[in-house]
Amino acid sequence: MLRLIVRRLLQLIPTLLGLTVLLFLWIHRLPGGPASALLGERATEADRRQMEEALGLDQPMWVQYGRWMERLVQLDLGNSVRTGQPVWEEFTLRFPATVELAVTGILIAVVVGIPLGYFAARRRGGWLDVTAVSASLVGVCIPVFFLAFLLRAVFAVNLGWLPSVGRQSTGIDATEVTGFFVLDGILTGEFDASWDALEHLILPGVALASIPLAVVVRITRASVLDVLGEDYVRTAESKGLKQRVVRGRHVMRNALLPVITTVGLLTGSLLSGAVLTESVFSFNGIGSFIRTAIDIRDYPVLMGFILFIAVIYVVINLLVDLAYSLIDPRVRVN
Amino acid sequence: MSLLSVDELTVTFTGRGTRDVNAVSGVSFSVDEGQVVGLVGESGCGKSVTSLALMGLLPKRGVRVGGRALFRTKGGGSTDLLTLGRSALRDLRGPQLAMIFQDPLSSLNPVVPIGVQVTEILARHRGMRGKAARDQAAHLLERVGIPDPTRRLREYPHQLSGGMRQRALIAMAVACAPRLLIADEPTTALDVTIQAQILELLKELVDDQGTALLMITHDLGVVAGLCDDVNVLYAGKVVEAAGRRPLFAAPAHPYAHGLLGSIPRLDSPRGEPLNPIRGSINDTIAWGDGCAFAPRCDFYTLACLEGAPALADLPGAEPAAHLVRCVNPVLNEAPGAGDADDAGADTESDTTKEASA
Repeated sequence: MLRLIVRRLLQLIPTLLGLTVLLFLWIHRLPGGPASALLGERATEADRRQMEEALGLDQPMWVQYGRWMERLVQLDLGNSVRTGQPVWEEFTLRFPATVELAVTGILIAVVVGIPLGYFAARRRGGWLDVTAVSASLVGVCIPVFFLAFLLRAVFAVNLGWLPSVGRQSTGIDATEVTGFFVLDGILTGEFDASWDALEHLILPGVALASIPLAVVVRITRASVLDVLGEDYVRTAESKGLKQRVVRGRHVMRNALLPVITTVGLLTGSLLSGAVLTESVFSFNGIGSFIRTAIDIRDYPVLMGFILFIAVIYVVINLLVDLAYSLIDPRVRVN
Repeated sequence: MSLLSVDELTVTFTGRGTRDVNAVSGVSFSVDEGQVVGLVGESGCGKSVTSLALMGLLPKRGVRVGGRALFRTKGGGSTDLLTLGRSALRDLRGPQLAMIFQDPLSSLNPVVPIGVQVTEILARHRGMRGKAARDQAAHLLERVGIPDPTRRLREYPHQLSGGMRQRALIAMAVACAPRLLIADEPTTALDVTIQAQILELLKELVDDQGTALLMITHDLGVVAGLCDDVNVLYAGKVVEAAGRRPLFAAPAHPYAHGLLGSIPRLDSPRGEPLNPIRGSINDTIAWGDGCAFAPRCDFYTLACLEGAPALADLPGAEPAAHLVRCVNPVLNEAPGAGDADDAGADTESDTTKEASA
């Protein structure tokens, strides 16, 4: 197992290198190049040339790439055009909020979706199955931002059960440790702060979870139906095992394999979905920051963000692979 | 009273919008304690469905089961397997009633070590845990002829050979010394030399434990080598029931007669054509209209089309010793093949396989 992990980590290196090359080429193919993007529409030709010299853009491509990589390995992603602050610092300031939201979304999808999919499959064609399948269709179809508005209007504005905006109530005096507010509250013993942060997470979390939840329900249902028809489940039944054992050890263990893959892939799309959800709930995460960056073409920020997301994707894929080989001995390589 | 007596078992598959299919239409037979009974027939005759119905493993929806299957439990009482509740059935499966399946690879859970798949049944019915259960599992694997059992316990099904997987399945089935073992074509997925070893093993286990065995097969060689009594199934009904010797010596139903006659013989001259039964299992009529075998039968008369013939004593045989469901049974004539002992010697040879194709 350890050898597998090390080998997979080594395999990440060429993947990430290829990624940086692609990203680098992309930024160079921009119309007019980064210099005119930075200077805006009213810049003169002389301004542009001066800017290119200042940025080192007159150097050969491979020199530019080398320099960029050199800074990259030191986690220097450049400075944001808008705020002038290092991109890395801007990210570490905002990412915890987004991660917190994404984790909430995925947790809701998994904790609700897997049991729902399982019971829908067990009672195939029953009311639960029909409801779950049609609800998941609706879940996939509703745009996340619309659902977000709807949830906010009903549960925050009309009913007043949950806070409508932000990550934290104004009156709360919480100590910040990691930037993950729920975790911080637990670490410092300020449980009221944790609870408050959690309340702020529920609505955006549910909105964000809608699509992953729908997908997880459907995949789990299909997968359980598949496994229930397998010969080994019949063998397990023929041994007179308790239903709990048949379901857990023989059905779910096999049925979860495709679910794990799907959840891994969904996590990526969740991060992009977070951008919209965050703006509806004025959630101070990476989403709103990136949206402004797109508006004003803040290239250092965008490059950093793309790289960041790509790394997260790759790492999640690695985790999925490892989880897979943990459950399924057939994919373990001797 | 017998250990298991099946009386007019029927299994009907009902589908929305499709015609009902009678997979088993009135099968009766019995198995005595320690006896080996064969259920023989070609693909689609209802033999596997019969075994699944007895184990209560048919899906609940879309299936209608009728008839009775009285099983004498350890306490001496008798219960109907077909109407038994789910949890009572779960208690029975394992220590009283067990089954060996056809395809050992798909019948084993690919993501659970062999050891767990053996010990879970010991934990469930014997309350054995931890080292005691592992030791007993190793002992079971050793007993079914798996070398280096403690290592094998940690391995997964894909790491075992086909024969070893089937041995592991057998080990699970006999783990709690059941009184009735149902083997559904346990050798079909294996190559011929392994087939012989597995049959030998089953024979040994039956002799040692006094377990009764219901052997479901399409392989007449297996029947000849193993079974005390034989029931020949055709289109969901028993068409002939007799001891091994009388059946192989003088098969009375034209179907059984044709089956034995179709076995190629090693001593027949080269180039001599094979002797198959005409048509296929699809050339049939409903039992309600007459004998289902009539369209393929060499001996049929108009009398064959007057409803299903009854399963009756063969003229000249002792009462209940040789039953046949035919109005024109073949009398006192052995087909091409010799007697039971001859056929028994051919157990390992796949040339004895039914020539249903």
